[in-house]
Amino acid sequence: MSLKSTAMNITAPVIPAHWQIRAVHRFLKIKNTLFKGPYVPTFIESPLPEVDTLAIEDIDVSSPFLFRQKKWQSYFKRLRDECPVHYQKNSPFGPFWSITRYDDIVFVDKHHDLFSAEPIITLGRTPEGLEIETFIAMDPPKHDEQRKAVQNVVAPKNLKEMEGLIRQRTREVLDELPIGQPFDWVKTVSIELTARMLATLLDFPYELRHKLVYWSDVSTASPETTGGRVDSDEIFAAAADAGKHFVKLWHDKAAQKAAGQEAGFDLISLMQANEETKDMVKRPMEFMGNLTLLIVGGNDTTRNSMTGGVLALNQFPDEFTKLKENPALIPNMVSEIIRWQTPLAYMRRIAKQDVELNGQTIRKGDKVVMWYASGNRDERKIDNPDVFMIDRKGARNHLSFGFGVHRCMGNRLAELQLRILWEELLQRFDNIEVLNEPECVQSNFVRGYSKMMVKLTARKNDKPDKVSP
Amino acid sequence: MASVTIIEFGGTEHEVEIEAGKSLMQIAVDNSIPGIDADCGGACACGTCHVIVSSEWFAKTGSTSDEEDMMLGMTPERADTSRLACQIEASEALDGLVVQLPEFQM
Repeated sequence: MSLKSTAMNITAPVIPAHWQIRAVHRFLKIKNTLFKGPYVPTFIESPLPEVDTLAIEDIDVSSPFLFRQKKWQSYFKRLRDECPVHYQKNSPFGPFWSITRYDDIVFVDKHHDLFSAEPIITLGRTPEGLEIETFIAMDPPKHDEQRKAVQNVVAPKNLKEMEGLIRQRTREVLDELPIGQPFDWVKTVSIELTARMLATLLDFPYELRHKLVYWSDVSTASPETTGGRVDSDEIFAAAADAGKHFVKLWHDKAAQKAAGQEAGFDLISLMQANEETKDMVKRPMEFMGNLTLLIVGGNDTTRNSMTGGVLALNQFPDEFTKLKENPALIPNMVSEIIRWQTPLAYMRRIAKQDVELNGQTIRKGDKVVMWYASGNRDERKIDNPDVFMIDRKGARNHLSFGFGVHRCMGNRLAELQLRILWEELLQRFDNIEVLNEPECVQSNFVRGYSKMMVKLTARKNDKPDKVSP
Repeated sequence: MASVTIIEFGGTEHEVEIEAGKSLMQIAVDNSIPGIDADCGGACACGTCHVIVSSEWFAKTGSTSDEEDMMLGMTPERADTSRLACQIEASEALDGLVVQLPEFQM
């Protein structure tokens, strides 16, 4: 634990978290004007070269424009074929190894004894002063304790309780959609549905739910972390605002509990009921870390799969026909969407010792990036990997959730949300037409869309319902 | 015919033939038994082929490796005789084995 984190834990009972975050921000601003602060890269977009014009050692897949410029498939294919364990020594994020084949990624993901998730799982570092503590970036045994304390909020048993609520909220959003008129699917459906879900999981004030989305978006979008566009002033302001609201939520929940109200199934109530985490509010960086992890985990991922699925069915229209003829394919399609989209491109590790992998020697201390987006398109493992196939055999065997102890905790919730969405969409619409190329976010981590205009065609009511939830 | 019995959470029983050398997970998947997801395809890396072995059979299914133990540790439904089916190698010696499936795989 860092000195700053320890100091914050000691002062937490007397100084509110958001004041502490602001104080750290002010201190760093002064410090960095007096002394040179840590290097923060800047990214100005220009067309990336075609991959076949580059020497293999010059290929840099850390560019935050690779996905947006649709170059990621050719870049990663070349690495998979020619140099599957690839070293880039001069990236804006420092030197790093890329692991690009499916089997090698599973090897790295499984071997937490060889590859550490600490201190962070993105290519770059977190902004100075905001080094939150979260179990996705902890190794066993601490990881295991923290994960167990919160995982029940998204465990299947809890989801069974929530399915009806998720369906009701999905219906509310879909029933309001305009027919035959262009609208932005990202804002109106994907963001709205994930915001409602996050507010439900946290029992967060419903009318403030868009704050959760904003905080989550901002927290993964700094240039030094993922090549994004949000500067540290904005991130600090968001962190302070999030800290204020989350601490208040904690105390409100504690007061309700003290007043004898029955504890809910929300994250904070579960934390307060667990011996390991019942005082977490006194450890602000850990508390903020866990909440940030949950909102980030439940935000970009599902949102972009909700958009990606519509896009995929537009690029492969025969699959849409197949789906309408056989809605029983929805669960399999959900896995295929998550593979095809791979909403988070990678997870990062640090080698704990020298490791030989596919002919290369990774040295102790080196950064190692497992490119799930590449492994999910590995021809060695997946037939016609660039094709979206809703009845794909073995669709569940994708890498998007990761493998090993850090495997996505919310995977069942994600699948449930997407399944319900598609069940409800098929009930209402015959077509969801994508009108223009979607706009993609600037990031090497989040493979996401910021805007996608669509037009709906209502379903003709001459067919019997094939999906009866 | 040597066989194993896989009992779904709801109580539905499936008796399937043992194919020596395959894993119990593979046999379940080959026979389309619902309730075994096997997301990682047998790499002991996802925990979604969790089975609960009847206690009299537990010792005969072999030992649980550290890596299997860690994956099992992630499921709240873990029981004393939990195993990952991908780590149980089927053989004639398992003729009569009975395993229960948990309510959820995660």
